[in-house]
This record gives sequence, C-alpha cells and structure tokens, in this order.
Amino acid sequence: MTEIKTTTCYMCACRCGIRVHVDEKDGRAVVRYIEGNPEHPLNKGVICAKGASGLMKQLSPARLTRPLLRKPGSERGAGEFQPISWEQAFSILENRLKAIRSNDPKKFALFTGRDQMQALTGLFARQFGTPNYAAHGGFCSVNMAAGMIYTIGGSFWEFGGPDLERAKLFVMLGTAEDHHSNPLKIAISRFKRAGGRFVSVNPVRTGYSAIADEWVPIRPGTDGALLLALVHELIAQGLYDREFVARYTNGGHLVIADPHSPSHGLLATDEEDAEPENPAQPQNKLWWDRHSGRPVLSHTPQADPSLFGDFRLADGTRVQPAFQLLAERVRDLTPEWAEPITGIPAATIRRLAHEMGVTARDEKIELPIAWTDCWGNEHQTVTGNPVAFHAMRGLAAHSNGFHTVRTLAILMSLLGTIDRPGGFRHKAPFPRAIPPSAKTPTGPEGVQPNTPLGGLALGWPGSPEDLFVDAQGEPVRVDKGFSWEYPLSVHGLMHTVITNAWRGDPYPIDTLMIFMANMAWNSTMNTVEVRRMLNDRGADGEYKIPFVAVCDAFQSEMTAFADLVLPDTTYLERHDVMSLLDRPISEFDGPMDSVRVPVVPPLGECKPFQEVLIELGGRLQLPAFTNKDGSRKYRDYPDFIVRHETEPGSGIGFLAGWRGTDGKKALRGEPNPEQWARYAENNCVFKHELPPSYRYMRNWNRGYMEWAQRVRLRRWGEPILVHLYSEVLQRFRLAAQGKWPGRRPPERLAKRIETYFDPLPFYFSPLEHQLTDLERYPLTAITQRPMAMYHSWDSQNAWLRQIHTHNYLFINPRTARASGIEDGAWLWVESPWGRVRCMGRHSEAVEPGTVWTWNAIGKQPGAWALAPDANEARKGFLLNHLITDELPGRISNSDPVTGQAGWYDVRVRIYAAEEAGAWPQFRTLTKVSA
Amino acid sequence: MAAIPDADKGFGMTQLALVIDLNVCVGCHACVTSCKQWNHSGEAGPLSDANPYGAEPSGTFFNRVQTYEVGEFPKTETVHFPKSCLHCEEPPCVPVCPTGASYKRAEDGIVLVDYDKCIGCKYCSWACPYGARELDEQQKVMKKCTLCVDRIYDGKLPEAERKPACVLACPTSARIFGDIHDPDSQAARAIREQGGYALMPEWGTQPANHYLPRRKTSIKLHPDELQREDNPLKVDGKLPRPAAGEPALDDVTSW
Repeated sequence: MTEIKTTTCYMCACRCGIRVHVDEKDGRAVVRYIEGNPEHPLNKGVICAKGASGLMKQLSPARLTRPLLRKPGSERGAGEFQPISWEQAFSILENRLKAIRSNDPKKFALFTGRDQMQALTGLFARQFGTPNYAAHGGFCSVNMAAGMIYTIGGSFWEFGGPDLERAKLFVMLGTAEDHHSNPLKIAISRFKRAGGRFVSVNPVRTGYSAIADEWVPIRPGTDGALLLALVHELIAQGLYDREFVARYTNGGHLVIADPHSPSHGLLATDEEDAEPENPAQPQNKLWWDRHSGRPVLSHTPQADPSLFGDFRLADGTRVQPAFQLLAERVRDLTPEWAEPITGIPAATIRRLAHEMGVTARDEKIELPIAWTDCWGNEHQTVTGNPVAFHAMRGLAAHSNGFHTVRTLAILMSLLGTIDRPGGFRHKAPFPRAIPPSAKTPTGPEGVQPNTPLGGLALGWPGSPEDLFVDAQGEPVRVDKGFSWEYPLSVHGLMHTVITNAWRGDPYPIDTLMIFMANMAWNSTMNTVEVRRMLNDRGADGEYKIPFVAVCDAFQSEMTAFADLVLPDTTYLERHDVMSLLDRPISEFDGPMDSVRVPVVPPLGECKPFQEVLIELGGRLQLPAFTNKDGSRKYRDYPDFIVRHETEPGSGIGFLAGWRGTDGKKALRGEPNPEQWARYAENNCVFKHELPPSYRYMRNWNRGYMEWAQRVRLRRWGEPILVHLYSEVLQRFRLAAQGKWPGRRPPERLAKRIETYFDPLPFYFSPLEHQLTDLERYPLTAITQRPMAMYHSWDSQNAWLRQIHTHNYLFINPRTARASGIEDGAWLWVESPWGRVRCMGRHSEAVEPGTVWTWNAIGKQPGAWALAPDANEARKGFLLNHLITDELPGRISNSDPVTGQAGWYDVRVRIYAAEEAGAWPQFRTLTKVSA
Repeated sequence: MAAIPDADKGFGMTQLALVIDLNVCVGCHACVTSCKQWNHSGEAGPLSDANPYGAEPSGTFFNRVQTYEVGEFPKTETVHFPKSCLHCEEPPCVPVCPTGASYKRAEDGIVLVDYDKCIGCKYCSWACPYGARELDEQQKVMKKCTLCVDRIYDGKLPEAERKPACVLACPTSARIFGDIHDPDSQAARAIREQGGYALMPEWGTQPANHYLPRRKTSIKLHPDELQREDNPLKVDGKLPRPAAGEPALDDVTSW
C-alpha cells in the first residue's frame, strides 16, 4: 500500500514542496517515488534533477548510522572509528561543554554549513554564551546580502528577487543558477515566453545564460567597473528616475563637505528634531529645496530636493546633495574607462545603459493600487519601471564584491525599480532598516561564564561602536568577525575558523563543532593546509584544536577528521522549519514559511541535529531550554518549535502559521499544540497574502509599515530610504581618519578602513589580483555549481553522479592552444599557492582570460563511500587546492568590508602535463561500517 | 498495459509526442532523473546501474541532455539538447526487429519494446539514427522512452498529472506533451506557430517529437529616446548650457 505524504525538499536549499510516495516493505516504510507538489506555491509541481533523485540519497552507501568515536591511537583524518551509544556521545559532549561554559564559553565554536536551521543553531550558541557561531554565509554570498541590505534594506533570494512576471528587461550578472533555482527557472521561462529580453553578463555561457538573448562575456571580478560605467551613463544621459531618486533614496540628503570637521561626509541634520520614533534612525536629514532655495527637513510637503549643487547652511557649513557626490564619483568612470577592465566594448556598455534607462522610463507599469506613503501622501497607483536584475555568488565571491553589489543596488535604485512591479521586490521580513537593528555584544564583557551571550552572535553594525572588539580594538570572535579587519562581516567568517583556532590567533579554542559543512574539502580554501592544521599537534603532543565534533548524515572528507561523529538524519526523516526567524520562503506577495515532517523513520540510530541541540540545551541547562526548576523544558524538537517564544508571551515563534490557541492567528499568537498537524494538512507550507496595497513600495509604505509593526516583523515604522550614499561606511572612515569621536581602528588597519569604507561605490581590482604577478598568472580561475549537484552532497547519489562523474577545466580554445593544450588532455593549472593536475576541455563559451570548472565534483578517494578508483577521485579535481585562505600579513583572503571569502579571485597559469591522473592525491578513506 | 485513448478519433490518427522548447531549456537535467525515477520503479523498469558507486558508472537512462556549443567566442551559443526516443511515425527500429519486440502502437503512435520478446540483438539501436535506445546491461533487453505509457492513461491520477514524468518535472515547462496530429493541441500549435522542427528529416523517419528553436528578443533604440524634453537633468539645471559670457550674436549685431 502506497501512502503519499507531503514535505519539503532538501536536495538543495531551494525548499520546494514535494510529495513522497512511501511503501511498506518488510514492515518498514521505504521511499518509492518523489515528485513535485503541484499545490506548493514555490515550485508549483515542478522538481529538479536533484529533487527527483532524492530516493537515491536515502540509499546512499555513505550514510552514517551510529555515533562514532575516533579509535584510540588513530590519527585524525584516518577515518578509523568505533561505534558508541548516544548516551556516551551526549555525556562526552555534556562534560566537555559544561567545563567550557563554566570557564570560558568562547572556547566552544559552532559552525554550520548550508543548513536551514540558523535560528536554532544561533539560539543554542547564544544561550551557551559563545560568540563563535556562524553558518556558511561568509564563504558563500555575504557580499550579496550585505551590499544590498546596506543599500536598499533587502537582498536577493530569500530576501527579495526580480519580478519577472512584469519585467520587460532582465539582466543577470554572474553565476546565480544555484539559488532559488526552481522558482527562478519557472520565472525565466515565463518571462522569455512573454517576450521579455534577457541579458546575461557572465564570463561563462552555461545554465540560464545559455538561453539569454544576449551574452555579454566579462572578466571575473570586474563587474563593479561595468556597473559604475552603467551608472555613469544613466546619469550622463539623464536616464535615471528623478522622482524616485528624490523621494525614495537619500540622493537629496545634504552631505557635510568640510574635510576638517569631525562631521565631514555625514548627513546634515535638523538638530531640532530631537525625538525620533526610532532613535537609531532619526528622520532629521535635510534637503536643499529647489523651489525655495533653502534647506528644509527631508520630505517637507511641497518641497523638492536639489539633486545637484553646492550650498551653505545658515551656520556656514558647506553641504552637497548625496546625488551630486555620486555623480562626481562616476563622472570619469565612462564606458571607455570600463572597457579595458571588463573586456566589454564601450559601445556595448553604453547600449546596455540606454536599454535599461529607456525601458525603465518608457515602458512604465501603472497598477491601479492605492497606497499611502510614510509621509502621508496618498497615491492612486503603483508605478513600475520594468527592468529587473539578479545576481548571487558571481558578484559576491570576490574581495571587491561588497562595493560591486552595492553599485548594483544603486543602479537598480537609479532606474527606480526597488519594490516596484517589474523590478526588484522584497520578501518578508524584508525590507529592514539600514542597517537592521540586530547587534552583537560590543566587547569581551559580552562573553561571561555560565551566561548567555550579551547580544546576538551575528549582527548588523551601524557604526564603530557596534563592533565586537576589545579595548585595543582586537577581535573577540575567533573568526575575527565584526573586528576592524572585516567590520561588516554580518554572516561571520567560517573560512577563517580552523586557521585561526589552529594558530591561536586571536586565541585557541577547545571544541569545534561542525554541522553539515565539508570544511576539510570543498568548504574551505587552502584545503591541503587546512587538513594539516586539523591534524596538527602542539609541543605538548595534543591536537592544536583539541576536540572536533562533526554532525552529518554522510561520511564526508570532514567526518574523517572528527573525534566524535554524530549521525544526522536525511531530510525525509526529520522535522524541520524554514522560519521567518531564519531564512523563510516568503514570496513577493507576503510572508511564507514551511516545514519538513518525517515521511520515513530515521535509519539506524540516526538522530536529527535539532534533537541533539535540544538534548544538549537541557543537559547544559541553557536558560531557553530549561524550566525554572532546572528540568528540561522541551520534550523534543517538535515540542520546542511549538512552544518556544522569542520572549515569554511574545507570541512570536519559529513558525508563523496557525498560531493562537485556536490556531486562527497568523504571524503572532499564542503557541498552538496542533501547529505541526495544521502544516502537515496544508502541504507543509503557510502563506500569508498581503493586501495589494501592502505589496509594493514597502520601504516607504505606511500601511505596510504599520502592519509590519503590528505583527512585529519590525519594531519601528520609519521609512527606509535607499542609501545611495552610505553614512554607515563614512562613520568607519572617519574613525580611520581619527575624526570619529568614538572607537578608532588599530594603526595597522587604519589605511585599509579608510580606503574600503568609502561612502560612495568604487571599483578596485580584487585584492589577490593586486598582489599577483598577472603576467605570470594571466588567467582567472572560477567555479560554478552544476544544476544537478549541490555542494559536495551528490557524488554519493548513483543517478546524479552519472551526470557529473568527474570535472574538467574549461578553457577557451585560443587560450588552450597558446599553451599547447589539446582538447581532453591532462594539464597543470598552477596558482601562486599550489598546482593541480586535471583534464581540460576546449570551450567557446568561456571568455579567453577565464578558466572554470564545476565545483566540488572531485573527491578524496573513498570519501562518500565511493570506490577508491571512482572517477571523482582519479579524474575529478578540486580547485580549492589552488585558492589561498590568507593574503600576506595574515589577513584573510576576503572582502575588507564584509569578510566574504574571495574564492573567485585566484589567478592561474596552465601548461601541458606529461602524466595523466588527478593530482594531488590523498589517502584512501575506508568506509565506516554501518 | 494501458487503455486505448480517445477511441472516437480512430486508430492511426493519434500521435503522442513531446515538443521540446530549446528556447527555454536551461539544461538542468530534471527530465533526466525524473524519467529515471519514474521508469525505474514503473512498468518499464528497472533501469539498472552498473558500478553505481565505482569507476565509470554506467546506467540505463531513457532521456539524456546533451550540451553543444555553436559558433566561436564571443558569438557562442550554448544549446542544451534533451534527447529521448522520438517515436517516429516511420520508425526504422521496428521493421529490423527479428522478434517483433519493437512495435509502434496504432492507437497513439508510441513506439514500445516488449521485453518478453526482446533478445537484446541491438539491431534496433543500430537502425535508430538518433541513438535513442539503450541496452539494459543487467536485463539484456533494449529499453527506451515509453512516453510514460504507464502514467498517461492512469485514471487513478488527476487528469493534470496524466503526463510523462519529465513533462511534470520540467521547471521551465520546456516539454510540451500531446497529440501532434490534433491541430488544436498545444503541441501541434507550438510546432506550427513557433517553427517546430524534426531531427534529421532526410532519413524519412518522421520523428513525432519536435524541437522549438531559440527565439531572440531585442530592443530597438531610437536616437530621440535619448533626447527627451522630460530629461531630469533639466530639472536640476544640469543639461549643458554655454556660459553667459561666451560670444553670441548679441555682441555684434545692432540693427
């Protein structure tokens, strides 16, 4: 008898609804068929290659089924384990973590991979009291989040996206196939069929770029130059949306222009407006009213700001509109300037700018939707300028990515496309204030024994006072997040943890807990050295990182380095939530969250990591997980999800649907014991549709803001003006210049902060390019993820690995021939940091200065329970071996603003190889017996 | 195996097929594994895999996506090309079959293989100019796309789901399923209106499956669109204007 159950896919992070057909076989439920759920609002019935192969993941030979302890006397990385009971595993962790917590909680570090439970893992870390927590965002795409959120109060993917239903022109920059993939595929297809024009800017033409109407090849890491030249041309031609810029951005705000003043570069304010609703976001900025020719409070009725000019306030202070400064910044950044940097002909750049500007201006959409803005003006229609953009890691994973992404957000704003039909649209809980209000502790006193952390582990600094540093300005976090090295590292720096902990800089740690992150392989840079560090011992004979616990469902390269392995379940065997407290699945028209429910029981002794945390929370008596009498508060994870509230009585929990004792409240309400059942009955998804008048212009929409305040998506309701000019960045620059009244950076970092905390967007060559002999290493090497694979997860999947069994280095034939490399031949690809031997394929779909490969296909022999001679190990390769994690001066190879790993910045040269076979090779891992 | 479709149309009239829209196919392989999944456990299965976790894994698939590059950089097109049995109207695989295992159904035009009759001699795969057939190395019988014949007539499924698994899975809805002989079907309309073409028509096989070509959208810009009265630079006084002091006719004329 086949039963059909609905749940949520997790073959990638897209979170599509699925229907799982489950059969009873020998008294055991087994998965028989997985299909897209037609009633799910995200994927509407479709499914991708990965999702349709989910049942083969259930059958993976790499499944871990019992807790494992490294065999006494065996070394890390050998992968020799003995099975232990869960009770043994928990007591090992309990004893270890209790001692750490009562002594120095920051000696415990919890870092997680592409999980979807950051609300829980973050809560656990905070309750434990350690600041050393983050997920994988610093490695993945934090520049996309930070660059846009610090500019428009929202970003792509979970937080917002292109409205292709109404767009006429769609421009995609860089690789973006692997985020929000099915919904984006659905949308691009509909967009193209409706006659929209699709332009792809990318060094490589694969994936979505293949069906673009125009492919614009670009050199990696130079998108910032292209975008600045586009901004130049839009301003030079007057193709920006003046009304939008004037009313909805800070373009009309007056910037103090007095290089000797401590307020230089800050926005002029009306000191009389002393009682702002939100103290962090006073609405007291000034315009220069072009009608009356005098300064007025921003958004004064009947006033209209001058966007250009040079004025004096009554006290003689010289001020200029922010837009004037932006225009000055891009004045010389012409298409001709960008051509030699990007490799894109100036005429093409100019034409693209004109296409964008003219489409935005002349193809306007007017929806008959009345709304009221935050200043009380009533509008009878919602206007849309139908030019949409999308970008993800292609822009983000460069050390100049923050400013590139910020420039993109500015370009989108000049075109008047923010939260408007046919442009970019937010997804709840965004838009948020710039910056959002969550903050970390600001000093070491935020970390105390047996005490929850005095703030969030990850936050959004708005000024130097928000940094998480000690009195000397040195980092409190082991990854150096929120320090002067990477002040806006809003997703942490997972990629620095092992190196920093190994070196003891800023300090050594005791226990490193990793969840679902392959940090000994594809989720790290400088792989060979990082693996050595994991296995390195100090003079006392002890490991430099004394204890490594890894939770994963599968035997990976990382689990081999664990002292303790905790067997996680697969996505079909557990409860899970895609929460508004984390990264929900909201759509443009309203908040949406979803759950997973187990459709088959866990294999062997597998236990969901969520249950591990709930159990540990009780054992360690962390306040949020403990009753007043010290007893354990939650039976299990489902119980926690139903009953946990952000504060007692807040009515805000992990799930927004079916709240309240009768289950009839949405977003906010008392816990409902029947909540899981309601989700299960409703395709595991909750959707709250906003009325049409709340669906657009949300940064400045009074109705939406009041609603958002009522349901507590936001504390304050002030409008969120686009930051064409970033006062936040200027505060850090002033500190570096010694003018800021508060904290100042250590001397060694002052120049760096002054340079990169430019309140206006600018282009600089990626840091690694600046330090590399570009004649010796003439090529840029990048990776992308194939649509049929996710991270390193799918080589264990018998079907998916037949699609990508090993990877090649793709090279433009002209580039290859110049180096004497034939199609299909073995070659060396060498960076300043190492070399790899791999097979090359000639490709006309890559620009001649770039070589690229699929990410994470190459594997360590024996890992993921593949045969030692599997193609992945013998023919496949990992580009990470060539990528350095640090630049000279022991500074991370990361964006100096956000700490985003610059793993698309590596420069290489290629030459023919005499011998065949992938190199380097690593020891063969033996399969952990089930 | 399946009920006879749409009997009032008469035998030989119906030709079920896939029309694959290359204009929107992004090469995601959803059709590849969704096909494998359905058919592995369906009536056409199993679709065996040799060396599933070892060197050179090799399994049976009814549908594969090939990727081609056309043209030279920078004028390169990347074409993702899903390919499965084309259910030819004149299928060359059928007459060469010595046992009658390969046959074309009169009622809906689907070309099928009767595994019980197949002796694995591979004549049919040699005869097929499209390379659409794969010998299942474990069962030693020839296998290929059935258009999910065990799905499309299944009255237990909601009507909207009586389609091949690949069609339901395809995120870009690049796969249109229907009767290409019915001029009102979406499939026939797509072929007619969007330049649908058959592969290698010179072989006279009359493939039922068709492909829709890439279609390009461009924007034509007119010079006057850059010189508009409502240029916002005018509002801010930024359109270039000569300084008052520059020479003018005013300085030299006095009549």
